[in-house]
Amino acid sequence: MFGFHYRLERKTIPFVLAIIGAASIGGFVEIAPLFTIHQTVESAPNMRVYTPLELAGRNIYIREGCYACHSQMIRTLRDDVERYGHYSLAVESKYDHPMLWGSKRTGPDLARIGSKYSDAWHVIHLNNPRDVVPESVMPAYTWLKRTALRTDDLGMHLQALRQVGVPYTDDMIANAPADAYGQANPGTPFAEGVSKRYGEATDVSAFDGAPGNVTEMDALVAYLQILGRLTDVASKDPAPGGAKP
Amino acid sequence: MAQLTTTERQIALALLVVLAVVGLLMVTAGREDPLGLHGLLVMAAAVLGSFWIMSRYYDPLPTADRLREYYDDPSKFGVVAAMVWVAFGLFIGDWVAWLLVNPDLTFDAAWSSFGRIRPVHTTSVIFGFGGNALIATSFYVMQRTSRARLPDQLSPWFVLLGYNLFCLLAVTGYMLGITQSREYAEPEWYADIWLVAVWIVYFVTYLRTLARRKEPHIYVSNWYYLAFILVVAMLHIVNNLAVPVSLGHAKSYSLFSGVQDAMTEWWYGHNAVAFFLTSGFLGMMYYFMPKRAGRPIFSYRLSIISFWGITFFYIWVGSHHLHYTALPQWVQTLGMTFSVLLLVPSWASAGNALLTLNGAWHKVRDDATLRFMMVAAVFYGLTTFEGSFMAIRPVNSLSHYTDWTIGHVHAGALGWVAMITFGSIYASVPWLWKRDAMHSARLVEIHFWLALAGTVVYIFAMWNSGIVQGLMWRTYNESGTLAYSFVDSLVAMHPYYIARAVGGLLFLIGALVGCYNVYMTIRTARQHEIGPSADMPAAVPVLSPAE
Repeated sequence: MFGFHYRLERKTIPFVLAIIGAASIGGFVEIAPLFTIHQTVESAPNMRVYTPLELAGRNIYIREGCYACHSQMIRTLRDDVERYGHYSLAVESKYDHPMLWGSKRTGPDLARIGSKYSDAWHVIHLNNPRDVVPESVMPAYTWLKRTALRTDDLGMHLQALRQVGVPYTDDMIANAPADAYGQANPGTPFAEGVSKRYGEATDVSAFDGAPGNVTEMDALVAYLQILGRLTDVASKDPAPGGAKP
Repeated sequence: MAQLTTTERQIALALLVVLAVVGLLMVTAGREDPLGLHGLLVMAAAVLGSFWIMSRYYDPLPTADRLREYYDDPSKFGVVAAMVWVAFGLFIGDWVAWLLVNPDLTFDAAWSSFGRIRPVHTTSVIFGFGGNALIATSFYVMQRTSRARLPDQLSPWFVLLGYNLFCLLAVTGYMLGITQSREYAEPEWYADIWLVAVWIVYFVTYLRTLARRKEPHIYVSNWYYLAFILVVAMLHIVNNLAVPVSLGHAKSYSLFSGVQDAMTEWWYGHNAVAFFLTSGFLGMMYYFMPKRAGRPIFSYRLSIISFWGITFFYIWVGSHHLHYTALPQWVQTLGMTFSVLLLVPSWASAGNALLTLNGAWHKVRDDATLRFMMVAAVFYGLTTFEGSFMAIRPVNSLSHYTDWTIGHVHAGALGWVAMITFGSIYASVPWLWKRDAMHSARLVEIHFWLALAGTVVYIFAMWNSGIVQGLMWRTYNESGTLAYSFVDSLVAMHPYYIARAVGGLLFLIGALVGCYNVYMTIRTARQHEIGPSADMPAAVPVLSPAE
């Protein structure tokens, strides 16, 4: 073995190929089957895609680095489940490009934060977390409320996501900016379009408390309120924690 | 510059013009997007570079004498860049640490909030400091161990300057809100493509130098540097596969989603630890430690076993970041198993390093530079043990999501990566600038103790906070319900967060002392002309007609 190596280390290209070979096997064995074994991801026929406003909010969540302190992955551990709800299922992040499972909980897990608090609570909390949680060490995101959301290019975002496999329809892509406006402005004609395209259960609300304009705060709150609610497979699951009120 | 031939000066100028055009296109296409600002940055870099070349275009041409020496100017630049990045990255890191003590230290600005500058810290220290140190030392080491000069003067500069442009795009991007959110791979698609170009030139330069070598065998350091270059390329390309929103948008959407994306991300993430933060730095250690100690490597066979063990085992272990998640259990189990196996080659490397010091322990006592390397090897052994331990599923159920992980990472990053790098820099700066020794041995000694104290304070703080946090989350009271709210655990962290920030501050002060010492060493006039030395390529190559 050492004699063989003694000869191998005299030749650059064979040595390079040996490195590539040795370093490829593990990744191939672990990653490739995740695409082919269909039990890897559960099926959830009723799962919906993110609305344009929620998607914009998700992009703000990414932009601000929220994932650095908040996980979105409840583990199959008793204390995790009792604290945060039913453990996360693979299908729940099926449309997440990229996933935001996170690796650190400087703050609590957010996988099922949706509808746990009111919109108003989120707005106050994001504006200055210490107004509602005095011990919090989360940054204050004061600029979200006063920054208008860019919506004109949301169709292109949906289009790009369709290219990587998210089933957005032509109708959704064409109406993306209008739907973003409608979801934050209940009672307007645009709001009906959101319910029509994304389902009656979609939250339509003046998330930041100020209808008329669409701010980054609207988008982020809309996103936080949908977390864990794109599909109800987890709440229908008889496993512990699933059916709790 | 003085060593660039006319052809090389012309090619450099042409490349910079192309880069300026690319920058202009980015500005035009991305005028409504943060991409436009990055276009301006690219253009500014290209214009500055062109002016610099044009102002020196008619400088005297290099003579053939240059081929009798190794080409060390790029390494010098890389060492200085590494020191600049480490000062910046540690400063941001300590600031981020204080933000967890007092979250309002942000000037109420978007760019300075925790989530944006935390990746500025990680990228600056890992890629800015670590990457520059790796590229600089790899050029230095491969020339010496091959006894051959770099194949040309331009490509090493392309690699180093291009790489630093990538780092700049990365850290400014985060502050502007441009990020993929993939941990340790945050830069967006255009920066990623640029890095691929830089990396290909790096690899080709390496191969061309090896092809010119006068030594029959490729030295072990080069195995590690090669593994670093090759596998990082593989990881980078697969992990960053994404579809941009448009050519005028910085934003892209990753090709994979959910569970497959998580596995790809941590396959990348942990192997960035393996092939960036371990493999490359082992290459550094295998050269600078025996040189400084004046002892040969303890065991050639042990280095073979540990090299192939690390290269083969590491790639499997990424899934230990996803224990108890929605990732299928069989993948988690594979990750855990290989993580435990990995202890064998890791400790073989650490042991090989420490046994190399046999017969030179008196030097370790007297020479802080060698002591940096010795302590680095010890921390390497400790951290790899801790890592294998934390990858075991039940242990991970306690440690995951807590500060224990942060403590573990910093035991590796401060104790191993930074210490071996400082040791190698203190060894190589006098060699590169042809000085007898560093400006002040005493300041190296002070830096050593500050670095060690900072590391120890840091990791003890994080071990404590992590374990306290993990235990509080899973504590039940007598009625069978959770005993503590999340906020209870957060309040309990406060004293440890202060201790951690103080530890980081000590480490930062040490690095600043190091910057001063390196600066003074470079500034000091050359003490004496070096006569004919052994530090030169084996033979003068035959000149090609173009030169």
